[in-house]
Amino acid sequence: MSDTLDSVRLRTPAAALKGGRRGLLHSTRARSLLFAASVLVLAMVAGASLFVGSGDIPADVVWRALLSGGSDTDAILVAGFRVPRMLLALIVGASLGLAGALMQAITRNPLADPGILGVNAGAYFAVVAGISFFGASAVTGYVWWAFGGAVVTTIAVYVIGSRGRAGATPVRLVLAGVAIGAVLGGLSLGLTLLQPEVFDRIRFWSVGSLQSRQMDIVVGVLPLAVVGMALALYLSRVLNVVALGDDLARSLGAHIQRTRILALLAITLLCGAATAAAGPVGFLGLMVPYVARALFGPDQRWVIPFTFTLAPLLFLCADMLGRVIVSSELPVGIVTAFLGAPILILIIRSRKSRPL
Amino acid sequence: MTRSAAVAAPPAGGGVGRTVIRAGGRMSLIVHRRGAIVVLALVLFTLALASVAVTLGEYPVPIAQIVDAFAGGGSDGVRRIVLEGRLPRIVLAVIAGAALALSGAVFQSMTRNPLGSPDIIGFNTGAYTGALVVVLLLGGNYVAQSVGALVGGLVAAVLVYVLAWTKGVQGFRLIVVGIAVGAILHSLNAWLIIRARLEEALAAATWGAGSFNEAGWEKVVPVAVAVLLVVPVLVVLARPLALLEMGDETAQSLGVRPELTRGVLLLAGVALVAAITAAAGPIAFVALAAPQLARRLARSPGVALLPSAAMGAALMLASDVVAQRLLAPTQLPVGIVTVCIGGLYLVGLLIAQTRRQG
Repeated sequence: MSDTLDSVRLRTPAAALKGGRRGLLHSTRARSLLFAASVLVLAMVAGASLFVGSGDIPADVVWRALLSGGSDTDAILVAGFRVPRMLLALIVGASLGLAGALMQAITRNPLADPGILGVNAGAYFAVVAGISFFGASAVTGYVWWAFGGAVVTTIAVYVIGSRGRAGATPVRLVLAGVAIGAVLGGLSLGLTLLQPEVFDRIRFWSVGSLQSRQMDIVVGVLPLAVVGMALALYLSRVLNVVALGDDLARSLGAHIQRTRILALLAITLLCGAATAAAGPVGFLGLMVPYVARALFGPDQRWVIPFTFTLAPLLFLCADMLGRVIVSSELPVGIVTAFLGAPILILIIRSRKSRPL
Repeated sequence: MTRSAAVAAPPAGGGVGRTVIRAGGRMSLIVHRRGAIVVLALVLFTLALASVAVTLGEYPVPIAQIVDAFAGGGSDGVRRIVLEGRLPRIVLAVIAGAALALSGAVFQSMTRNPLGSPDIIGFNTGAYTGALVVVLLLGGNYVAQSVGALVGGLVAAVLVYVLAWTKGVQGFRLIVVGIAVGAILHSLNAWLIIRARLEEALAAATWGAGSFNEAGWEKVVPVAVAVLLVVPVLVVLARPLALLEMGDETAQSLGVRPELTRGVLLLAGVALVAAITAAAGPIAFVALAAPQLARRLARSPGVALLPSAAMGAALMLASDVVAQRLLAPTQLPVGIVTVCIGGLYLVGLLIAQTRRQG
């Protein structure tokens, strides 16, 4: 397998400077403009998402409910469901995107994603265990189980995948994720098949959805996500140095170990918060950093902020798409899988088997 | 079982450890002594396990009564339980384990990759999708479900193989494309499960885990026929398969036609998985783990067919006994046990690899 190990390494800034691809946008001006545009579009789409949804509420009623509140059914629907849903889409989208970007940066592996690395399977298993053995019920009850499962699995996959001298090579990490994900998936399936009522409850959670989440979940996960996001933005500069390789980075004065631990902490917070709020959602963390790198090149000081705005934008759009595409609502996790899997195939096909 | 992976140092090179049997004229057979011992041990283990398994169940039957039942004596009830209930299940598990392991060995040898297996190339997920579509959307019966599973599995496998193809198929690319296609199918499956009524969804999910709970002779017979048709093909092609591992050109110079051989082998491998999936649902990871475990136990240089089959049979029967007895009287689908064994095997493989690298 070792001949393929290097073929999927992330392109480091050093490699990029040696004449590699620098991304589509070169000038700082063009990059700043695009970033500003993405913030603007995000704000517009977030606003628009309040006007889309089941139970056709006229636009003027939505306006009135937003501006002056109210106690009729429509106003309660807007304030109690659509606003929290929009906020959650922003939080979950940004968290998953940033978690993916951080995972990819510290493992130098473009395939790192909470879904591929088994984190979602861990959260899933924890929720199943929570329902079966500890009587967790309703989405609010799943939050902390999902969070715990995501945290434990992230650490386990990273530890197993990065043991040894070769470190966390892409193949090892992906295999560790697949293996742990398979075992946990099998155990969860066994538990749910034995208890029809658990099966019934978990099948709706397991696809990843923002349906009928309310403000209490937003309030619950927001602090975790905010800490994770702040850490991610803080780390973006030093991650550029880490990408140069451990030896060079150390000689440039970077604290490799401290950076890794902080990044891992941020990843667990972000993955945990996202999975707790929306259930297992794959591929967002894979595709958004990929797009960001294609536009901006490997510089993390651009990749991470752009991921921060593009990921929630994409997630909001996926959620809205799911709401309009089928009458009974397609869960957002299914939409992201259909959008993201082709990108994964694109990534793996575009990489030649020569070392980068 | 993972310990053997850590001590993978070859015991001896060259001709030591082999016996050449010459049966006059041009026929000769090289027997790897350790391989032969491993096969023998695994077969004995499987037989012993089978004779224990036949006594186990909700209604324990002592061995003396079972011997009676086989001889045609004993009460009608005991005969029915043993001959109509337990025996077909054991036979099906043994055949299925051997067949899946054989197909895994063929895939791994052809791709020269320990991860080449119907699980990785998306066959199992695709089979599940096919079955779900037939049962939940089209309202098909058992036969239609099997057909749907076969079509789904084949379509998924071909899709993964084609998408992973750029001037040949590289192991890692195959895995990742398998993950991608698997993820789409997985979310499609989840979507179908959400929309279905609870009982239907549960039944479909139980089938999708892979299980022998419904085993009877009517399921054993078609599987046995299919396996008996395919195995002679594999016996004939075992040697060309081993030669192909040395590269197409070498094999060609030794009289093997690479493309034709690969095509026939691919067909044989898929036919084996398809037959088992139709009878018992997609059972995960036996095809992946059994050939490699056998290789490590026999310390053979490559994947060998006979030890793989013996290991697959032993592994599957043991898994099924665990699945039956672990939470008795509740019956777990055997696929849940095999997925845990296979996943732990993969984790063990990673750890063992690390230890070798230091």
